Amino acid sequence: MEIISSWVGNIPDLAVPFALAALGLIVTERAGVLALGAEGLMLVGALFGVGGYLLFDSTGIALLLAMLAASGVSILFAVMVLVLRINQVIAGLALVFFCQGLTALLGILFGWASHPVSGFEAWTLWPLSELPIVGRLFIQNPVVYLTPLIFFAVAIYLNHSMSGLKLRAVGENPQAADAAGIPVLTYRFAAILAGAALIGLAGAYISVLSTKMWIEDMTGGRGWIAVALVIFARWSPWRAFAGAILFGSIEALIPQLAAAGVRLPQYFVFMTPYVVTLAVMIWVALPKRDQNKPDQKNQPDALGEPFIREERR
Amino acid sequence: MSLKNALQLDRVSKSFDGFKALSDASFTARWGEVHALLGENGAGKSSLMNIAAGLYAPEAGALFIDDNPVRLTGPRDAMRQGIGMVHQHFKLVSPFTVAQNILLSMNQSALRGFYDHKLAKVSQAISQKSEELGFGIDPRTRTDRLSVAEQQRVEILKVLLAGAKILILDEPTAVLTDDESNRLLTTVKALATRGAAVILVTHKMHDVMRYADQVTIMRGGKTVATLAPQSVDLSKLVKLTVGDTDSARSVSEPHIRGAARLVITDLSSAQTTTQASNGVLRGVNLTLHSGEIYGIAGVGGNGQTELANALMGFGAPTCGDMLLDGQTQLQSLTPTERRAQGIAAIPADRYGAALAAPLSVADNYAMGQIHSGRYGSFGWLNSRKIAADTTKAIEAFDVQGVRSIHQKAALLSGGNAQKLVIAREFNHPPAIVFAHSPSRGLDVRAMGAIHARLHAARAAGAAVLLISEDLDEVLALADRIGVMSSGRIVVEFNQPADRQAIGQAMVHHV
Repeated sequence: MEIISSWVGNIPDLAVPFALAALGLIVTERAGVLALGAEGLMLVGALFGVGGYLLFDSTGIALLLAMLAASGVSILFAVMVLVLRINQVIAGLALVFFCQGLTALLGILFGWASHPVSGFEAWTLWPLSELPIVGRLFIQNPVVYLTPLIFFAVAIYLNHSMSGLKLRAVGENPQAADAAGIPVLTYRFAAILAGAALIGLAGAYISVLSTKMWIEDMTGGRGWIAVALVIFARWSPWRAFAGAILFGSIEALIPQLAAAGVRLPQYFVFMTPYVVTLAVMIWVALPKRDQNKPDQKNQPDALGEPFIREERR
Repeated sequence: MSLKNALQLDRVSKSFDGFKALSDASFTARWGEVHALLGENGAGKSSLMNIAAGLYAPEAGALFIDDNPVRLTGPRDAMRQGIGMVHQHFKLVSPFTVAQNILLSMNQSALRGFYDHKLAKVSQAISQKSEELGFGIDPRTRTDRLSVAEQQRVEILKVLLAGAKILILDEPTAVLTDDESNRLLTTVKALATRGAAVILVTHKMHDVMRYADQVTIMRGGKTVATLAPQSVDLSKLVKLTVGDTDSARSVSEPHIRGAARLVITDLSSAQTTTQASNGVLRGVNLTLHSGEIYGIAGVGGNGQTELANALMGFGAPTCGDMLLDGQTQLQSLTPTERRAQGIAAIPADRYGAALAAPLSVADNYAMGQIHSGRYGSFGWLNSRKIAADTTKAIEAFDVQGVRSIHQKAALLSGGNAQKLVIAREFNHPPAIVFAHSPSRGLDVRAMGAIHARLHAARAAGAAVLLISEDLDEVLALADRIGVMSSGRIVVEFNQPADRQAIGQAMVHHV
């Protein structure tokens, strides 16, 4: 019983980074930009979160700075794919490797590595926190409670606002959007920056609130899992939320199993999230019975395609 | 009763890359009328209407709305002036609903409230308008679940709800079945009766005769006549559209029509879900002999592209027979076997299907002989031989503008790209030639050179099948002419053929 309760209590802390990173990717990709750089942007967020805390001694400012830093770096990506129309896959991969090097370098240069930070105090939501088994779900830091609200806001924005409709139009059929007078590149630029901010927040969550320090390459592939999660969620925020909880649960289960005396090789444990990712991807790719229903195909039609206005001869 | 002028274009000119698409074209549409704009492909209809819709800026001439001169800065400006154009290619975001699509293109500042409120308002307006016009469109349906005809209705609703009073429809019936066409044109006519000005761009005589109050005929970038279609008979319209220039028929050098090489029987497209009546094959029958040029004439979109795809092996699903020399099915041949049989193909899409545009001129030339191993084998390429042969070929076939044989094929102009294709396809004397619109967009000189090549192939005993939407080209080259309409060869003519009769056959396809 204690094992289950402590497992459940650990899920949010591991699910939130997946959830926020996936949400950021969804915002960018619904506008038709394939964003593979999440891993790199998470590292930028993680580093500048810790840096912000060490400089300003405030967790709130630290998180804001992390979001700004990730957005700032994503401008580079935006210019590459929107202005120079570099292949989005290549640009995304390049961004990851660039950010890995950059954060490792800056961490040492500014002396931000291996300094512990204190993060937020946990908020106890009494009396929910007294519930059996799930009680520990309600003793969490504020960002955990904020995450569903952010999802709610983004889902409302995407599906119930004029601007969200335009953003989706840009991702589905930029030519039609252009004909309707929507500034395609402006929307894509904004979507890249906003998505990067959320991904940066996901990274800062890991360093400032979860691990409570900066370690080189500390995101450990979570950005890649988020990319897979978005495909699994078929670009829907709420499905991504559910998927993040699933992945968080699996990651939280591993230390519990070890504590319960189940002996697992260390590297098998490290491998598990990726095995699950592969399994999920294969499951998604398997032909479904009702594949012909257009609802099944949720990938934005123009994902990864650069926009070039049809020449007006 | 005299009707007021709605839209007037006065002596408008426009050229593209030195080609004069419009010269002093004048056109007046009046309120309460359906005004047809009739002409062959490339007569300038679409260019003229794109100027009216603000897409192109005219080089000379003026535009009047309600007899007031206006200058359009772009399509949005045209929309503000009440001019709405429904293009041939729809601009719909497919997973969105009808209402979302229409909301996107509307002037949102005119609608107050939150998104959901706006959507409800637009939905209501759509339902109302749709009912008024008998369109039967549910605003909540996703547009990718709609048929082509329904999508077109959505596009029409879009421009009407955006406040268009002058409605331009560009070839609206090209994608519709006859039933759907009649329904659409009846609706359009009703719109005009209620006071709108409707401009119908078309090349279908029957649509004009039945539904238009006025017709303006264009030929070669000029407006040649405006008249009431009821006041003249069909043959007069045909004459005005195709012109009565009796093109200098080439006196073909003596040649002997040989044995039948290719016999096509009942060639049909596999049944597809598309409801369009055009653009599918429905039982093509023809026999191609060696030593002759068989020309296929017809208005574009009557199955010529599908026939060309079937012949050239672009994998159009078909049933029926294409029997080569009475024994081999053409469909079963691989590209290598086709080459070995001496089949040369000149597709209509030069850069898309005939050439690999980013590769060099030499590579493009050498591609034709991959199967023979002439330029090397699997692991080895004889680039010196390729270079020598290419240099010889571009000289022999007069391919101009080649600064180096290593330059990209994409840099060649249309005519020279086509010459390069022909140089490759004819580098061994071909036995069978399939050519689809081989001289489209070419200047007179390049066209002459390509025609000469086809004649030479025939003289050497090749069987040549020429598919072209340019009637002059078919008349100038072909020994026999088949007119294609609604997916079949409706009638065959032997040379010398009567141009008027062919023109009649081309449009008489109801």
